[in-house]
Amino acid sequence: MNKIVKFSIDGVECLATRGQFVVDAAKENGIYIPTLCNYPGVKPKGGCRICTVKINGKLMTACTSPVSEGMQIENNANEINEIRKAIVELLFVEGNHFCPACEKSGNCELQALAYRFHVMAPRFPFSFPIRKVDASHPKIIKEQNRCVLCKRCIRAIKDYKGRSIFAYSKRGNRVEVGVDSKLGKELTDELAQKAMDICPVGSILVKEKGFYQPIGTRKYDKNPIGSDIENLVVSKP
Amino acid sequence: MSKPVIATTSLAGCFGCHMSILDIDDRILELIELVEFNKSPIDDIKKFTKKCDIGLIEGGCCNSENVHVLKDFREHCKILVSVGECAIMGGLPAMRNGIPIKECLDEAYLNGPTVVGNTEKIVPNDPELPILLNKVYPCHEVVKIDYYLPGCPPRADLIWDALTALITGNEMKLPYEVVKFD
Repeated sequence: MNKIVKFSIDGVECLATRGQFVVDAAKENGIYIPTLCNYPGVKPKGGCRICTVKINGKLMTACTSPVSEGMQIENNANEINEIRKAIVELLFVEGNHFCPACEKSGNCELQALAYRFHVMAPRFPFSFPIRKVDASHPKIIKEQNRCVLCKRCIRAIKDYKGRSIFAYSKRGNRVEVGVDSKLGKELTDELAQKAMDICPVGSILVKEKGFYQPIGTRKYDKNPIGSDIENLVVSKP
Repeated sequence: MSKPVIATTSLAGCFGCHMSILDIDDRILELIELVEFNKSPIDDIKKFTKKCDIGLIEGGCCNSENVHVLKDFREHCKILVSVGECAIMGGLPAMRNGIPIKECLDEAYLNGPTVVGNTEKIVPNDPELPILLNKVYPCHEVVKIDYYLPGCPPRADLIWDALTALITGNEMKLPYEVVKFD
């Protein structure tokens, strides 16, 4: 069986290993598919739907769909970007995202996606939900107002036995991510920092470590999210 | 042809966005050649004396007076622009939205650590004072807003770009570095 498959994204012919997820395959071909809940090296969830693409005419999440021979993928089309933009706007109105007061501003992936999709103001009414800041853990602050429930921290931050240190609690629209009450003490300084870095928004903050990067030097101040992939020089096999 | 007329106001804002307008530096000389200012804190005209072309709104609506001024602006301006995060999403004042209004007032006037001398335990209640709204509203949830300039404050270059585009009828350029939410 041939391991290398040929497929196309927006008419551009691409090569990838069979079974690779579309997001990763696109990345290797220098094409950026926007993602939010997805994180390299972490099992994909397909939760946020930002990576929605049209595969053979059908809307699917690129982070959970494996590539196969002859796939025709639409990525950078107006129709699809409009869907993505709407999702970003929904996330903004669903929580309390006060960018000017956020420690993660400038390094926030949700904000960076809003910049990329030219969100000037959300089309949906703000819900201003009532949520708490949980600062009970000695090392981190869990700012529930900003959580987008992407589950990255739950999927990526594990103790030495492979158990998730973060966990969902409550149900429905009150669901929130918190530190597991029993495993919380396993959160080392390194894991706390990793959790803060892996959080796409400013919902996990290492205590006493806010605003350490000056404006103008932060990740998305000058370069749009995804530009590193798009500017990648691809060497075709 | 007469110059386009601009009006500006600061609702529940900090005047930072107005500062950012002044931050266009020497281009302000160019601006006063291009436009005429009407009701605005910049020239201290308190009431509209004519119909305006562009209204710049800083800040969201936190009390009845803000709503009144905003509706007045909508009536008098052909184009309304929400300038800054507070106008667009309530901004920092909207951080009170999760707290009951009584708790806010009690903290500010009765129980807060900076409260001194309020021996009679009075929360300001003069009928002349505007009434606080239950929460802080973005401007576009109160009246129709035509354009949005995000930022805290919006970069001076963004304001300049938007104003000149509106005045000359050209398309806005919106370079990546100037459209920011903080």
